[in-house]
Amino acid sequence: MTDLLELSGVHTHIGRYHILQGIDLAVPQGQVTMLLGRNGAGKTTTLRTIMGLWQASRGEITLAGERIESLATPDIARRGVGYVPESMAVFSDLTVKENLVLAARDAPLDDKQLDWIFGFFPALRRFWLSRAGSLSGGQKQMLSIARAIVEPRKLLLIDEPTKGLAPAIVMALIECLKEIKRKGATILLVEQNFFAARELGDNVLVMDNGTIVHRGEMAALAADVPLQERLLGLSLEAHQ
Amino acid sequence: MTDLAATDPLPKPKRDLAPILLPVALALLMIPLIGSTSSWLTLTVASLAMGMMIFIMASGLTLVFGLMDVLNFGHGAFIAVGAYVATLVLAPFAASIQADSLWTNLAVLAPAALLSMAVSGALGLVVERVLILPVYGQHLKQILMTTGGLIVAEQTLYALWGPQIIPMPLPASLRGSFIIGDVAIAKYRVLAMLIGLGVFIAIQLVLNRTKLGLLIRAGVESREMVEALGYRIRRLFLGVFMTGSALAGLGGVMWALYREQVHASMSDDLTVLIFIVVIIGGLGSIGGCFIGAILVAMVANYGGFLVPKLALVSNILLMVAILMWRPRGLYAVTSR
Repeated sequence: MTDLLELSGVHTHIGRYHILQGIDLAVPQGQVTMLLGRNGAGKTTTLRTIMGLWQASRGEITLAGERIESLATPDIARRGVGYVPESMAVFSDLTVKENLVLAARDAPLDDKQLDWIFGFFPALRRFWLSRAGSLSGGQKQMLSIARAIVEPRKLLLIDEPTKGLAPAIVMALIECLKEIKRKGATILLVEQNFFAARELGDNVLVMDNGTIVHRGEMAALAADVPLQERLLGLSLEAHQ
Repeated sequence: MTDLAATDPLPKPKRDLAPILLPVALALLMIPLIGSTSSWLTLTVASLAMGMMIFIMASGLTLVFGLMDVLNFGHGAFIAVGAYVATLVLAPFAASIQADSLWTNLAVLAPAALLSMAVSGALGLVVERVLILPVYGQHLKQILMTTGGLIVAEQTLYALWGPQIIPMPLPASLRGSFIIGDVAIAKYRVLAMLIGLGVFIAIQLVLNRTKLGLLIRAGVESREMVEALGYRIRRLFLGVFMTGSALAGLGGVMWALYREQVHASMSDDLTVLIFIVVIIGGLGSIGGCFIGAILVAMVANYGGFLVPKLALVSNILLMVAILMWRPRGLYAVTSR
């Protein structure tokens, strides 16, 4: 399995704070790699640094063999990286349709792809012409993910998609992400919901204090309660 | 999968009509206070015409505020430069301006306005590259740079044209009024209303019916996310800044014709009104800017007629009242 994304010795400073302190990680092609860790460990900063929203102060980021750490965010997006931020960041003044029209950067909206998305998120079809600002939190998250998959992407960076959502919506999102995974997508997924992590993850990276402190298979971490407690301060079983 | 049943009726988009009704209510409220219907109608038309001119000048600034988060205190320079450029074009064609033919007048006026827009837009390009580019995200420095730029622009105009006021007479066919019963409606005010309305409709069409407009509206909300979708928003910033500058130039020409004079500091008083309009409209909101401009003009005209002593502070009071009602303006677009 080749690695689609690689980070090597990546450091990121935000103001005078040294957040990422030499990150080394690899995201294999066609797999879901979970990025776990306590709050403040540097997970969101890692995604934002890959996306170019914060500039890496040192290190190399390679996407499909090409160095991208010095590229601007739009250029990284144009190389096939979709980003779903923690805040969802839907354009609330725009309708659901307009949000997706913007996300379909290279071509008009594809009806087949839309039908596929509506299969998971029927609410988006129902609220097609409604302002995104009037959607519920779960529906906004659906729209945010739909925006990232409305066109084929090489790599999806998804930041805590289940955060603050009702259990029924979380299950819907997990099913959607599983389907995206079945279609061969490569995903780097930050998640605090361990049930979701276990359901979706092929590989896992655990962060602490701006560094990767564990890497391995998700199934192995899920089966090793002492390791979970050591790495994360709690067990996955307690969060099911 | 979703918290909505498939059979639920589609929700109708909610329209926030309260701000739209505000100028209507204000105008109706003034009828008994003013007493004379003809005076009320004259003041109302004057307010709409003045409002449209202020809107044209403020529309670019509100997009610049909303999209770029740039505090451009030098916006008035584009207004004055636009007016001065028009004098350059109109002066050699004084005979055509004074001809009693609307088409002959417009044949000179339209190119003058277009050239003014082009020069103001080009000046906008220079200002964005030289003054604003180095200070993106730094509000205090933006204020200092753009205020400095305004002073330099004004002094340059003084140096080139001298300190005297330059007359800019209305074209002959736009002088006088349409008389309807005992009401006189100035012809130029009607033209100003039509141009203002045309600009408003054009901006709304671009913002709501084109992908470029979607990008601008999205960029006002979240520049970062627009970039994360793969769009180079820097170019969009520049385009919006130049368009806003060009519109300010057009507004400058219209205002100069309205006052029939041009001078380097002509935008000083206007700038205060423009900022009030941008703030009460909601940063980045063209609809809010449109309504805000009409409200500001109404308060200035009705207030000046009813309580002349309050004329100087009436718009400040309006701003306070609106912000107490809606702290982020009539139509909040950004979270700022």
